[in-house]
Amino acid sequence: MMIKKTLAAAAFSLLMSVSAHAACAFQNTVPIKSLTAGFDAWKAVTSAMAECGNVQAELDQNFRTKQPAAFAANPSLYHIGGVANGTLTPLLNAGTIRPLDDLVAKYGKNLTPNQFIRVDGKIMAIAMMVNAHNFMYREDIFKELNIPVPTTYDQVLAAAERIKASGKVQYPLGGTVKAGWDLANDFNNMFVGFGGTFVKPDNTPSINSEAGVKALEMIKRLTAYMDPEYLASDSTFVQKQFQQGKIAMANLWASRAGALDDPKESQVVGKVAMAAAPLAMAGGRPSTTLWWDGIVIAKNISDAEADAAFRVAMEGLDEEMVKANNDAAVWLVKGFVPGRLAMGAIASANGGAPNYASTTSMGLIHSAIGEKIADFMTGKLTAQQALAEMEASYLVKAKEQGLVK
Amino acid sequence: MKGKTFAMFVAPSLILMLTFIALPLVSVFFQSFYQNRQQFTQTTVESCTPGFLTQNCVTEVRNTAKLDANGKPIIDRVFVGLESYRQLLQPEKVAAAFAANGEGWKALETIDFYRALRFTLTFTLVTLPLVLLLGLVLAIAVDNTVKSLRGPLIFVSLLPFIITPVIGALSIRWLFIGDGILTRALEWMTGHDIAMFAQGWTIELLMMFYRVWHVAPFAFVVFYAALQTVDQDTMESAIVDGASRWERLTHIVIPHLMPLIIFVSLIHLMDSYRVFDEVIGFSSEAHRISLQWLTFSYLTPDETGNRSISRASASSMLTMIGIVLLLIPLLMRTWRDHKVSR
Repeated sequence: MMIKKTLAAAAFSLLMSVSAHAACAFQNTVPIKSLTAGFDAWKAVTSAMAECGNVQAELDQNFRTKQPAAFAANPSLYHIGGVANGTLTPLLNAGTIRPLDDLVAKYGKNLTPNQFIRVDGKIMAIAMMVNAHNFMYREDIFKELNIPVPTTYDQVLAAAERIKASGKVQYPLGGTVKAGWDLANDFNNMFVGFGGTFVKPDNTPSINSEAGVKALEMIKRLTAYMDPEYLASDSTFVQKQFQQGKIAMANLWASRAGALDDPKESQVVGKVAMAAAPLAMAGGRPSTTLWWDGIVIAKNISDAEADAAFRVAMEGLDEEMVKANNDAAVWLVKGFVPGRLAMGAIASANGGAPNYASTTSMGLIHSAIGEKIADFMTGKLTAQQALAEMEASYLVKAKEQGLVK
Repeated sequence: MKGKTFAMFVAPSLILMLTFIALPLVSVFFQSFYQNRQQFTQTTVESCTPGFLTQNCVTEVRNTAKLDANGKPIIDRVFVGLESYRQLLQPEKVAAAFAANGEGWKALETIDFYRALRFTLTFTLVTLPLVLLLGLVLAIAVDNTVKSLRGPLIFVSLLPFIITPVIGALSIRWLFIGDGILTRALEWMTGHDIAMFAQGWTIELLMMFYRVWHVAPFAFVVFYAALQTVDQDTMESAIVDGASRWERLTHIVIPHLMPLIIFVSLIHLMDSYRVFDEVIGFSSEAHRISLQWLTFSYLTPDETGNRSISRASASSMLTMIGIVLLLIPLLMRTWRDHKVSR
């Protein structure tokens, strides 16, 4: 077993060193480890980083729970971290990532100011792409049934009813409504669509409002058209439902669009089109929050390692990588040409969708919503009760953490 | 045995018990009365995040965690007394639920602790008799087959016990979730559209089924071994006296097995009260949670990286108290038997 592993590792590093000369501007000699999410864009970036040699990339959809502890270790278990708005917060709160200003000055000449994530004036992360939920639909089915592309959720429901009647697919709708984080994120999207705000300036919650009730009820109405086991349906599940032709539409992360056009896994190549996230109410904003994904560098590593890690990361985020993987994401890196698959996210952004805030209060309320929202979906709580429970749970957490006195 | 020899034999396990069980327990006990709060400062800053092509900048009030000179967050340890227990048990809500116009048990189901307690207790108490019964039936059946078949039969019946619990749970889940082959088979047989994971009670049934399937072999092995020591003279005289198979079972075999039945029950109660693997394996969090899972969920960092150590501690203290309460009747019985036999 051990021998096998060693052999495999040797073969792997051999491959790596061969390609290392291929595309990287420098030969990296410092061993670098990265921990990121596992979707297509990260696959592209980490394999571009690996071209420099001595890079060990870990792509893990559970990075969210792993990262804070791994970065708090001294020395940190990873040098490079892949983060998004939400996952930046725990690292900021624990103070386990380093400011990047001097590294940017040294190696970041190809970055655009749009990519800098500044906190208190210091660059703490480099964004590489924007991500948002957007509306994906089977263009062929919509054309065949002569259904116009929905721009509001009421139209989504009407379209779902017609598609259900036609029997073209197993379930008209898919949704990232897995109990917990995903479902809470869906609620957040719907909630901003109905014009809600999450917390008041004094950090007390404000989700128990008309917008909150409406958002919950709309999600429930949508789930009637989904696979009845929807409480286990995460992004990967919805992506597969699309790929296997089981659903006709869904609001899904723009970063998942690329996989729908991958002939190796998808049966619906070229058939899924993108549009802005639907409006929840007339005159509102698209029902989604805007996210960015990017990289951070650990604090608990030596400066030489940080230097090498940042250089490697810059190789991963260069124009060459974007040109080779143009459709894997909505890149913020130079050289990106928005394609068919990026249209939905761009339309959502241009429609005025708000950013997902990297704040402690947002993180706490997201957790609180995730804990209680399933009870509403399973009918244990009414909408008002569920929202009151979420607020109570938020307050417990906020007090425990010292955010609310 | 000499005192010294006894001490030398017992010492290693005593030391291990102290360091790995007793000390952590004491620490958990104290932690359940404290909370670790971060210090935050409020600052008005302009923060920018990337939009597409342009940046979105907003001026906002930010709560930033205060860091000390080493860049570590400043944390205050605050004594909160029974606050964490209160948050778990929510006595006010319980009082309201059972007041004149309260909703009773239904309202309790929305509080995580009682929801977990309800499931854990049902799970424990329903699987216990099933495990005992299935183990006994298997043992008697194998004991009564021809010798040449016994080896293979024992091997096959032991298989479920060898499988790693989470893997076993996952494989049952995959057989049933979505269009899993067994769901397909059920649909084909009944002609109805079946979704085993869409509602709580079906998941609960599957979880119990899995646990019985997994643990019954343990009961079987113990009982089968004991069956080999049933006094054959008593058995033969019972046959001569004309006792039926059933009478022999209830009057000779079961009394002979009784100490082991209690032993298996003890082990099973302790194990299944700590039910956890099933919740993870079947992803049943939305529908069914257990007390151990509740502790685990408090320990999982939330979106801000914070772990609710105090509530997790309180919840594990309560779980421990629950196990002790559950075991008392059985322990008392064993103690009585022990005294009689001495």
